[in-house]
Amino acid sequence: MTAHYLQGRYAEGAVPVAWVTSGFPVELLRPLGFHTVYPENHAAICGVKRLVTTLAAAAEEEGYSRDLCSYARTDLGSAFTGQTPVGRLPRPDLLCCCTNICQTVLYWYRALAERFRVPLVLIDTPYVYGEAPPHRLRYVRDQLEEAVQVAEGIAGRRLEPEELREVTRLAREGSRLWGECLAQSRYRPAPWTGIDGFFHMAPIVSLRGTEACNAYYRMLRDELAHRVQRGVGGIREERHRLLWDNLPIWFWIRPLATLLAERGFNFVCTSYTSAWAEAGRRVDPEDPIGSAAFAYTHVILNQDLRHRLDILRRLAEEYQVDGAVLHSDRSCKPYSIGQVDLREILAAELKIRVLLLEADHSDPRAFAAEAGENRLGAFMEGFA
Amino acid sequence: MTAAALGVDVGSTTCKAVAIDLAGRIQRSAVEPVDPRIESQVERLVAAVRGPAGTGLPLGATGYGRKRVPGGRAVTEITCHARGAFARIGRPGLLVDLGGQDTKAIRVGGTGQVLDFAMNDKCAAGTGRFLEIILGRLRIPLDEVAALAAGAARAVPVSSTCTVFAESEVISLVASGEPLDGIVRGLCRSLASRVAALARGPGAEGVEVFLSGGLALNAAMVAALGEEMGRPVQVVPDPQLVGALGAALSVLPRAG
Repeated sequence: MTAHYLQGRYAEGAVPVAWVTSGFPVELLRPLGFHTVYPENHAAICGVKRLVTTLAAAAEEEGYSRDLCSYARTDLGSAFTGQTPVGRLPRPDLLCCCTNICQTVLYWYRALAERFRVPLVLIDTPYVYGEAPPHRLRYVRDQLEEAVQVAEGIAGRRLEPEELREVTRLAREGSRLWGECLAQSRYRPAPWTGIDGFFHMAPIVSLRGTEACNAYYRMLRDELAHRVQRGVGGIREERHRLLWDNLPIWFWIRPLATLLAERGFNFVCTSYTSAWAEAGRRVDPEDPIGSAAFAYTHVILNQDLRHRLDILRRLAEEYQVDGAVLHSDRSCKPYSIGQVDLREILAAELKIRVLLLEADHSDPRAFAAEAGENRLGAFMEGFA
Repeated sequence: MTAAALGVDVGSTTCKAVAIDLAGRIQRSAVEPVDPRIESQVERLVAAVRGPAGTGLPLGATGYGRKRVPGGRAVTEITCHARGAFARIGRPGLLVDLGGQDTKAIRVGGTGQVLDFAMNDKCAAGTGRFLEIILGRLRIPLDEVAALAAGAARAVPVSSTCTVFAESEVISLVASGEPLDGIVRGLCRSLASRVAALARGPGAEGVEVFLSGGLALNAAMVAALGEEMGRPVQVVPDPQLVGALGAALSVLPRAG
């Protein structure tokens, strides 16, 4: 990831640069030689580095509401001030936005397009109830084909089918490998923590479709498998196994990890990290664009609540959890809506303890640490 | 019987200390407005309730200041309130704790364990602070609230979304000539409706409702909450001491 951001510093003028949302089918851009920047990933780095308060304030001064996603405010603030923890972000030649994760990205990328005066490619993915009907997939596919033409124009070259197939193959393999890493936590004790997973997910988000990404996960999977063989856990003593729903609380990740580990609690699975092992597996080198339309339309945040419940239920069973923490994320409404019902259903059906934890993925001003710690503490005491 | 364990509850508004005997009965207690110098206040209150038993008794600590209690074992107030209320009532049920800046709805199981809980998040509009701030503005002491509310001909509606907005709303109501007693009754209703919304979560249907916390000493609040919940609300004996009692029970040496 360091190399990726380092390359970014020198990308401008050397290769075409695209800023993309996490849910954009990046497979289409890689064969054209784009260096891709993920503002969401960058915002998460700002969150861990505790820069959000400064950057978000810069966006708020420009008139952006504090109720807007803190990732959006962080990145807009970074674009307005030029401040970044990664040295320098290359200026985009193209903005690529896919609405499969939320509608906020649409307005966020429009603001970026206005600022940088570059073309914005928008992929609109209709919300899915059950499974998307063929006409909706065709609608997404048509947009992807149009997006390719725009990207080709900026890159100044044609998209070679053979190269697209290869990148798609790599992306699918990367998702599979990431899934294998996560699956190691089905063993007891889990060889790593869900919090480790939040950090190790960066390549599958930002470097998907590259050999570097896959090499990283092969190594990680082997190391985790080795830990499993030796019975080495992610925490010293795993007494209780938990499920985490929603994004991490980036600025509070260390206190959270300590609080849990001290009492023998481990997040052995998270719906967020596992999402990156799901969608990518559905891309198919034999039909890169058609399969991308399907895969990227059927991501977790673009599907109905029943589907979310199925995922949580499946994770809870496969990873044999005793409890779940649903992070009600002030910044991510699509992920947080419905959690009150999910909490009730999970607790009743699976007979596990479920906590709804109010926080924010990166704005510490929207989080009361003392109250959060208190609720988590009481939740954990309930297991005694 | 001499004291066997001590408990302190350092809340946002008051600091409570109890000494209990081996049977878990409260022997002595003390309540004071909370002092920012937590350590010295706790030391003084503990010395006052400890009595002749001297030093060396196990000490349980709860409330927001629990981690600053020297020599205390910290337990969250949710667990402590459940334990304390169960010790006094002896039955499972739904415990509503009306604290200074927290309102908790705790489902207490058949052994005093916490089955589930919900708390106010982000905002203190559904807590004791709501009443405290607005009564301060009206210059009405808390102990006059019950009589005032009971004598009111009707409750003047007051919103409960935000304490600060409600405060300015009350000022306008006074200015427009609404009777003070009606406003006070309206405030209790407003607070009770917010608390009831929190308490009416899953598993609350048909369950006995118990009330603890400083506001449970206020008969007007108890009546308003009963009306909002649609069933009688039973106040746990010594409602203000429930957390401290639970803290003491958490460190009480088991008999035998």
